[in-house]
Amino acid sequence: MPVRHHILSVLVENRAGVLSRVAGLFSRRGFNIFSLAVSPTDDERFSRMTIVVDAESAPIEQVMRQLDKLINVVHIKELSEGEAVERELMLATVRADSSNRGQVTELAAIFEARILDVGPDALTLMVAGSPDKIDSIEQLLRPFGITGLQRTGRIALPKIPRGTVRLAAVPESA
Amino acid sequence: MTGAQALIRSLEMEGTEVMFGLPGGAILPVYDPLLESSIRHILVRHEQGAGHMAEGYAHATGRPGVAMVTSGPAATNIVTPLCDAMLDSIPLVVVTGQVPLSAIGTDAFQECDTTGITMPVTKHNWLIQNASDIPMVVREAFHVATTGRPGPVLVDVPKDIANQTMEWYWPDAVDLPGFRAPQPPDPGLAREAARLILAAERPVIYAGGGILKARAAEALRRLAELTGIHVVTTLMARGAFPDDHPLALGMPGMHGNYTAVTAMQRSDLLIALGSRFDDRVTGKVPAFAPGAKIIHVDIDPAELGKVRYADVGIAADCRAAIAAITAAVEAELAETATVAPDRADWNATLAGWQAAHPLAYDQEDDGPLKPQFCIEQLRDHTPDDTIVVSGVGQHQMWTSQYWKFNHPYTFVNSGGLGTMGFAVPAAVGAKVGKPDRMVWAIDGDGCFQMTAQELVTASAERVPIKVAILNNAYLGMVRQWQELFYKERYSEVYLSPDLPDYVKWAEAMGCVGLRVDNPEDVAPTIEKANAVDDRPVVIDFRVDYREKVYPMVAAGTSNDDIILGPAEGEGGH
Repeated sequence: MPVRHHILSVLVENRAGVLSRVAGLFSRRGFNIFSLAVSPTDDERFSRMTIVVDAESAPIEQVMRQLDKLINVVHIKELSEGEAVERELMLATVRADSSNRGQVTELAAIFEARILDVGPDALTLMVAGSPDKIDSIEQLLRPFGITGLQRTGRIALPKIPRGTVRLAAVPESA
Repeated sequence: MTGAQALIRSLEMEGTEVMFGLPGGAILPVYDPLLESSIRHILVRHEQGAGHMAEGYAHATGRPGVAMVTSGPAATNIVTPLCDAMLDSIPLVVVTGQVPLSAIGTDAFQECDTTGITMPVTKHNWLIQNASDIPMVVREAFHVATTGRPGPVLVDVPKDIANQTMEWYWPDAVDLPGFRAPQPPDPGLAREAARLILAAERPVIYAGGGILKARAAEALRRLAELTGIHVVTTLMARGAFPDDHPLALGMPGMHGNYTAVTAMQRSDLLIALGSRFDDRVTGKVPAFAPGAKIIHVDIDPAELGKVRYADVGIAADCRAAIAAITAAVEAELAETATVAPDRADWNATLAGWQAAHPLAYDQEDDGPLKPQFCIEQLRDHTPDDTIVVSGVGQHQMWTSQYWKFNHPYTFVNSGGLGTMGFAVPAAVGAKVGKPDRMVWAIDGDGCFQMTAQELVTASAERVPIKVAILNNAYLGMVRQWQELFYKERYSEVYLSPDLPDYVKWAEAMGCVGLRVDNPEDVAPTIEKANAVDDRPVVIDFRVDYREKVYPMVAAGTSNDDIILGPAEGEGGH
């Protein structure tokens, strides 16, 4: 399967207007953003953006080199498949009345989703995991009727380099 | 010290000798300490003029141009020069006033989101939040504008910040963790480039504006002479390699000469130095120089591979990279006893093309005045180091074609953005920067009408530029396209030769106004203009409106389909 997305982990200065500079660059150069997540880092001077770029809109080298010209962009790393741990979080409100609530909670259990809110004919679930896992549960929930959906977009960090001792193997739960 | 005083002081610390601007409400506090400053201020009549003057100054001197205007409409008026400078990599520092910090976001009088609007047309911009940030931001602004690929920056100063007091300091260094200075050229890549050069049978140097930005004209000349490789100079590089040099091929591209265009098409190696494979040079990209390998040197890594794959891509300052390539060629020749292929056939082919397809026009003694003739006469009746400034359109192409540029920094024009109205203010800026040089603006009548008011500035500030209007009473380049590609359906391109009366208009603006409508008066009138040294001069050359710019590669077509003259073009006559 051809690569559809590239993940860029972009360290930016934590200043007003930085998101606008990055978003503006993407739009004026015709690069498509598939998803974007921004958050503070352990160093308050910097924020980290995880940008998932549509691979067909532009060569990734060109995207990275143009991004690198932004003064507030400090560091860019492309995280290729297998070299990064990626997670995404989804909130979904699903139709579930007494007749099918059991089926929905069963699915939730399989995917280790948590039920955050319950009403007479709906449930709100939270599920975190790899984007593939999120895609799967979203697909399985759809027949019940999803009335509200929010995904965070991917966040990612490079894997700890091989050769260093991993203190504990953290199991991927799904 | 107030923020306003700190701002002026910081500009002085950065070596600013002159700035171009126009005061207004939000920038008032900064104009007050200007009265005590060593900086010369040129009061423009429109803020766009301030920006283009700063560009002309930067083009001619290599130093950053500085402009200062107020908020709102003044800031939006200077957006065009910022974009122009962005596309042509001109170092520009623009200071704008802003409504007080507390009023931002309230739709206050003369408020606009200046940093938001100018984000895509600047290398970087700053909205100052504390007066104590001013010295650091000004220092960073000059650093960013002039380091790496040059370009425009903007500093937005809220009025209350200008009035705030602060403790003066001057920073030792800038704090820009995300701004990388250019790296020295990779010696391995320089060696690879040298090997390609020594193996090439039909190499061409494709010199761009980056040569001038990097002050690399001498380095380019050494490389060309060492290797015996011919050089094309793009619109932005005219003067970077002397036109009277035996290896000079002149301008390539949409209106390039046959030899320059075709040499690139047939070459087996293009050595792109500070050029960016602009669509006006390449024509249809897949058909551009199909058999050529590419060595691409650019200080901006994002240019490498942006349009055309580079077999050897060197992200470095042009002068350093050319020196490294030259040294590598010398080393290859010395160490490995490599002999470059015999290029006698190729050189003969080029000479044959030059002889067969020179630029041509026909000036009859009693016929209508030809614009190309006016330019050649100007060229022949002015000093060799005259600075020529052009607007955008037919006159610009003819100037680039017919002038002989033998020195760097003698041609100032708007290439990337193609800003009509650039010539008059840019000429003022160039003359302010180089007062001892003769500065001629060659302008079109359409362009002239866009920014002519800056001749009032020139008269008032005693900046004696000279302006040649090639008045063909049309938006000539648009007319040419309508003639060739729209079946001679002329839509909204006629301007009139007499409205306005350019001579009276020039006189009203404090200039000498002259008019020429036949070939024999051209030279004497130029001499008359050259003799005026205390005020600007405008010559209204009434030229033949039917004259078109040739050769021409129609937009989006292959450079192989170059149209040499009217006989070959559609609708030509």
